[in-house]
Parts: sequence; C-alpha cells; structure tokens
Amino acid sequence: MSKFTFPQSIRSRPVYGTLEQRDGAAHLLIADAEGAEAILDVATPAMMAKAHIVYIPKGAAFEDKLRGLNAASFYAGPSYGAAEQRIHKALADAKMGLQVYLAGTEGLMGQAQNAAMQAGIPHTAIQTEHRGSTARRIQCVHCKGITEDVETDPFVCAHCGLNLFVRDHYSRRLAAYQGVCIDAEDPGNVPEPKGIYE
Amino acid sequence: MSGAEKIAVKVTDIVPLNELVTRFKFARVDGGRLPTFSGGAHTVVEMRDGDITRLNPYSLMSDPMDQSAYTISVRRDDEGRGGSLFMHQRVKVGDEMTISYPVNLFSLDLRAKKHLFLAGGIGITPFLAQIKQLERFNGNWELHYACRTESLGSYVDELTNHHPNETHIYYDDQNDKIDLVNLLDGQPLGTHVYVCGPKGMIEWVRGTATAEGWPREAVHYEEFLAPQPGKPFEVKLAVSNKVIQVGETESLLEAIERAGVDAPYLCRGGACGQCETRVIDYTGNFIHRDHWLDDDEHANGEKIMPCVSRFEGKTLVLDR
Repeated sequence: MSKFTFPQSIRSRPVYGTLEQRDGAAHLLIADAEGAEAILDVATPAMMAKAHIVYIPKGAAFEDKLRGLNAASFYAGPSYGAAEQRIHKALADAKMGLQVYLAGTEGLMGQAQNAAMQAGIPHTAIQTEHRGSTARRIQCVHCKGITEDVETDPFVCAHCGLNLFVRDHYSRRLAAYQGVCIDAEDPGNVPEPKGIYE
Repeated sequence: MSGAEKIAVKVTDIVPLNELVTRFKFARVDGGRLPTFSGGAHTVVEMRDGDITRLNPYSLMSDPMDQSAYTISVRRDDEGRGGSLFMHQRVKVGDEMTISYPVNLFSLDLRAKKHLFLAGGIGITPFLAQIKQLERFNGNWELHYACRTESLGSYVDELTNHHPNETHIYYDDQNDKIDLVNLLDGQPLGTHVYVCGPKGMIEWVRGTATAEGWPREAVHYEEFLAPQPGKPFEVKLAVSNKVIQVGETESLLEAIERAGVDAPYLCRGGACGQCETRVIDYTGNFIHRDHWLDDDEHANGEKIMPCVSRFEGKTLVLDR
C-alpha cells in the first residue's frame, strides 16, 4: 500500500495530486522508492521517447521495471544528493515546454520542486504524487539544520540535539517542514514520541 | 468614491504619431511628483463631455521611474463610444483633467529568466514601459511587434534604434507573420510570454503556448474591452432603491454612476473583477463580455460585470 491519505491541515501544507501526462517538448520524471509506481502508471511509449527518468530506489525493487520503460534517458542513484548534479544539469539544458513529474516521498518531491522552481518553472506547473513513506524533511528553527526522514513527533534534531515538535508549516524555499523546540520552558518535559499521523 | 485614488493633471504635450495614434503627456497641476509605477500599469482617464463622463483605461508608456510626467498613446476608434475621439478632437495642451493612480493588471513576473513580448498594434504601449523598467536591471527581453503597415507602426523607429537586437517588427501588409510555434520552441526554461493586442492575437498566443506545453502561469495577456453599445435596458438597484435606464451607448456601470450610486471599479475593461455585482432577480438574457467570470458563472445568472456586460429582457435587479 503505497498511497496515504493525508489529514486536512493548514494552507501551508503541500497538497499532492496524481500524475497525468501533459503535452510537452520533453518530460523529466524524478522519483524515489515507491514513487516508481506513479511513473509506471503514467508512462506511455510516446512519452518515454522524450523522457528522462531520475530514480532513487532507497531499497525498493522497481528499478528493473522502470528501466523496462525504455525512457530516452534513465538514471538510478543512491541518494538525492548523488542525483542532484544530474537534475540541475537536466534543468539547465531544458527549454520551455519541459514537463516535470515528481513522485515518492515528500523530501524528494520538495527538493526536486525547489530545483525546478529555481530553474524557472512556476511551482504550480510542477506535478507531484505522493507514494510510500510519510516521513518528513524538517528544518530545526533553532540551529537551521535539516533532518531527513523524520517519522516521529517529537524528534531529536540531528544537528543540535534539541527536542523538536513537528509542525505542518512548510517552506518551498527550504523544501522542509518546521521543527520547534518542545521543552524550551520546561527542559526535559518531552512527550513520548509517536508517529506523525498517529 | 470608488476606483483608484485620483490625480489632477494638466496636458503638457500632444503629439500625433500617425493617422490613428496620438500621444498625450500629463503633469500634476500642483507641480508635484507623480507616483512611480510598474511596467504594464494603466491609468483611468476621466473625460467630461457635456453631461457624459467617460472613464477610459490607457496603458502608461513612459519610464515607470519618471515622476515628472506620464504619457499615454490613444488610438482613434471611429466606431467606438467616443472616448478616443474626445481625446483626439477635444483635448488641448493646457487642459486640466483627472486621471487615476496607476493600477497594474499586466505586471512583469520578475522571477522570469527571460521576458518574451508579443505586441499587436496599439498593444505596444504597456511594453514600452516594461522595456524601460527591464533596461534598468539589464533584464533579458525580446519584442515581436506586429503592425498593419509601416506608416501605422507606432514607436517602431524608437524601438529599432535603441534596441536593434531585441526588436523584431512584422508588417501585415508585407505578409510578415510572427512564426509563433518556432518562436516558442527552444526558449530557455523560465521564459515568460506576454501578449497585448487584438482578441484574436491573444487567443492565438494562449492557445499555441498551451499546446506547446507552456505553463499557464508563464503566459500573461492584457486585453482591455471597450464596453460595446447595445439595446437600452432598465435595471432596478435594490440597495439604493432606484430604477435606472441604461442607454444605447453607455455601459451599465456608467449608468449606475450617472444615477449617483457609488459602484466599485478599477479597470473598466472586464479584467480586474472589482465591479462584480450580484444579481438578485432577472427575466431575460445576459450579454456577458468580461474575462473575469468563468463559463459556469456566465451561465448561472448570479453575477454580472457592469463595466462591459449588458442585459436584454424584462427585469434585472442588482444588489447595488
């Protein structure tokens, strides 16, 4: 089960859709883990003839299936960081008419959306579909360090060690949610961590 | 009082450019400085013609940072309702007039990596201000400007002299056409396209850009609709408890104003949404002409944009 229905929240929280094929000069598809399923759902041979797929498997077993789509260009790499240079190069070389499709975890989609926005694509024109883990990428508002794949609330900042409460406030510029110290007034009084959506 | 804040100005210069287009320059009556604006902004010019007051929007074409004067260019429309003819025939240097603060419904998206301007005829005017704005920041832009003939090519010489590499001119009578598909194809990522011109040109550009995969947010357009004449009709204004007659050559908004009822507006051209008015009751048919309401709203009879739209039928009651 790779689909998750997010509860209603504040306006700042991103809303994800379902990928659909759009007319365009070229297609850039970026996905991680179960996000591969969304690409498999939307792909057609005509689209793949003009497509560049960037995939970060994160241990999921979809790489062969994606490769089998015969996209004009296919890359699989170990992390977003490893794929980042390729993504920036693909965007720098792209022309108007490029369609961008993002699928998988929020951290992957947020960072790739940020790269596409900086390359000049309006964020509303970038398609997204959430699949797989609901873990979040969170910036500590105190030390500014970003912790990847946060699954519990509260959690400990990987940089400064503060106990952080997970907020729904999201920054497209940082591609991260906000984490705020939960025990500032009463140090050590930290609720038992539970899943973010529990 | 509705609309943007007003400025008392004096006409300081009138320059006929060609058979159809004349340029007007305004400075403040009190000698003070005018507000700066952003390229693409328009001002609403008040024309007092006997009992009739016309309020027509014109794009500001002067340098947005020049606070000493504003300039506009007015194309004469012999078939229109008389606003452009009034400007051409009645306005003299030294006349005092009232104009509105600048309002921009066609601003540059400064996130764009490149600005691609497409102008048709008098649609050149907002781009003249936008070009001056971008030149200050060494902006990346390119202009494709279609005119009917060489003699009607307003500002062609100025543009080609100052910006020979950025300006591309097309004359209809020489069978020059903008090769739009080729022009859009291969533009760098982050290019925004802006079109100002006749309705057909705007639809052509929007349709072609969509077909070529351009995001909606990267396609900007401005089309001022002049209110069209039509059959006279009667309207009841429920809040003010007045029954008014809308004449053949006046707009519903003008008739409401003539009755002394203050109604909101900004663009007076069907684009900005300010004058949106709720319909309380009607028997008859709406003649919707605005770009503001969507197709469903045009069909359901709950709202009307009185600046450009009309009505034909027995009764119309508005929440005004």
